[in-house]
Amino acid sequence: MLTEEETKEIIAELAHCELKSAASIEALKVVQKRRGWVSDASIKDVASLLDMTTAELDGVATFFNFIYRKPVGRHVIAICDSMVCWSLGYEPLRELLQKNLGIGFGETTKDNRFTLLPSACLGACDRAPAMLVDEDLYGPVTPEMLEEILGKYQ
Amino acid sequence: MERPLTKNIRPNQEPLSLAEYEKAGGYRSLRKALAMQPKDIVTLVKASNLRGRGGAGFPTGIKWGLVPPVSSAPQPRYFIVNADEMEPGAFKDRLLLEGDPNQIIEGIIVSAYAVQTEKAFIFLRREYFLAEKRLNKAIVEAYEKNYLGANILGSGFSLDLRIHSSAGRYICGEETALINALEGKRPVPRAKPPFPLVCGLWGRPTLVNNPETIANIPHILNNGADWFKSLSAGPDSGTKIYGVSGRVNKPGAWELPMGTTVGELIGDHGGGMQKGYALRGIIPGGASTDFLLPEHLGVPMDYDSVAKAGSRMGTGTMTILDDRTCLVGFVHNIEAFFSRESCGWCTPCREGLPWIVKILDAIERGQGEREDISLLEQQCRLLGPGNTFCALAPGAVEPLQSALKYFREDFERHIREKKCPRNKS
Repeated sequence: MLTEEETKEIIAELAHCELKSAASIEALKVVQKRRGWVSDASIKDVASLLDMTTAELDGVATFFNFIYRKPVGRHVIAICDSMVCWSLGYEPLRELLQKNLGIGFGETTKDNRFTLLPSACLGACDRAPAMLVDEDLYGPVTPEMLEEILGKYQ
Repeated sequence: MERPLTKNIRPNQEPLSLAEYEKAGGYRSLRKALAMQPKDIVTLVKASNLRGRGGAGFPTGIKWGLVPPVSSAPQPRYFIVNADEMEPGAFKDRLLLEGDPNQIIEGIIVSAYAVQTEKAFIFLRREYFLAEKRLNKAIVEAYEKNYLGANILGSGFSLDLRIHSSAGRYICGEETALINALEGKRPVPRAKPPFPLVCGLWGRPTLVNNPETIANIPHILNNGADWFKSLSAGPDSGTKIYGVSGRVNKPGAWELPMGTTVGELIGDHGGGMQKGYALRGIIPGGASTDFLLPEHLGVPMDYDSVAKAGSRMGTGTMTILDDRTCLVGFVHNIEAFFSRESCGWCTPCREGLPWIVKILDAIERGQGEREDISLLEQQCRLLGPGNTFCALAPGAVEPLQSALKYFREDFERHIREKKCPRNKS
């Protein structure tokens, strides 16, 4: 069940839409902002609010890299793996992150603190290698800086 | 040298507020525009020879002229700024969106007036959180001053502007996929024709422009077409936001005269190659553009000159391939990106790109076969223009086909020696 607040926020989006379904991404983000991810039950609830079929909405949700259809940790690390970051130190950075956190891509640490995801170019090629933690961009990131950066996110 | 697009940008500081922006001459062009006939603005933009800064370089004024007249087309019509900057190597629009959001918004209002659209969207990539925050603030301020909203400054012209923050998918930069995303659908591209200019968002005329293109509009209004032409160093008008990234001393993005050469960008602005690294190749304007070589340092970075040299200027933000990075690994990385971001709608792209990635992966790991090179060449042909639904796959194979042409020995050596020559094990 969507909460009253979630429903209200989604309905507010509809005022700007020609069809209810146009608010699909905004609505999924409303749910994700509060719950961290989008469950099957949420897909069903949002779809019915937007006059979409669940398959239709899930087709949208699963298409996008940053609509999470599985639970994620309290913080999400997205590390840029595109050509500039790749040639300027992405691989050692990824290896260190995976070793320190003890997880691979798409996985969450046992204490639920971090989820690690690969990311397409972050548009920070002048600051390669770059990574995003939640909404904060870092770059150039050296292996020595990792501990301090991650320390900010508990 | 004049730098109209970046004159207000103060690195590492908050952008100008609306009041500060006005003090610096902002919103003069809107007042001027509202006193003009919309068609005269289109004529002025045509005369300026402004070409689209998204990568294709289509003349902006001509594109505007193709929007059907108000009397003959369904209402409302839409204006969309495509700020889904997601191509590897591209980071120029970020500079303008974060650095001077008011300029983008003034550009949108003037452009929307010129083509008479009542609704506008900024389609922003999800990861540009800072740009989103700053643009939102500038939009709120613009509504307060009635630069946006109903009956703008008493002109009778109304415009509603909203930001759509995406959720991370490269294909949304393709304009028909972008329109599907705005409609809340799974964003696969649409068949063209009909083109969005005639039948776009909700089936209505829809104009899509790049943020850098739009940022030029207020300055063209204020200073005229001849002034705009005089800014450039070559046949294409204006300035350009160029960038250099990779193993150079000072990676960055700068506003320079259109037609600045590849060598000036790398040497004078990028600070030259880092010590111990030599220049081997250049991807001139994002991962979907063909390689250039050190012999192309004299090529002016304008649309036609780069095309003549065998590539595309694209976004104008170039990526350097140095002599200590494995070429096969580099191209593998590029193709893995396109393969992952393929929307899967049409067969050649969905099947061909993963096949290319598999072959390149095998070659890089020392398991390549002699016939793999001709297989890759065959794939470049099969995924080329005309064989796929949109431009993603043809763009994806541009760096591969030029790598096979210029750096064939790298592929052959991997196959012959059964290992990556840079890998000692």
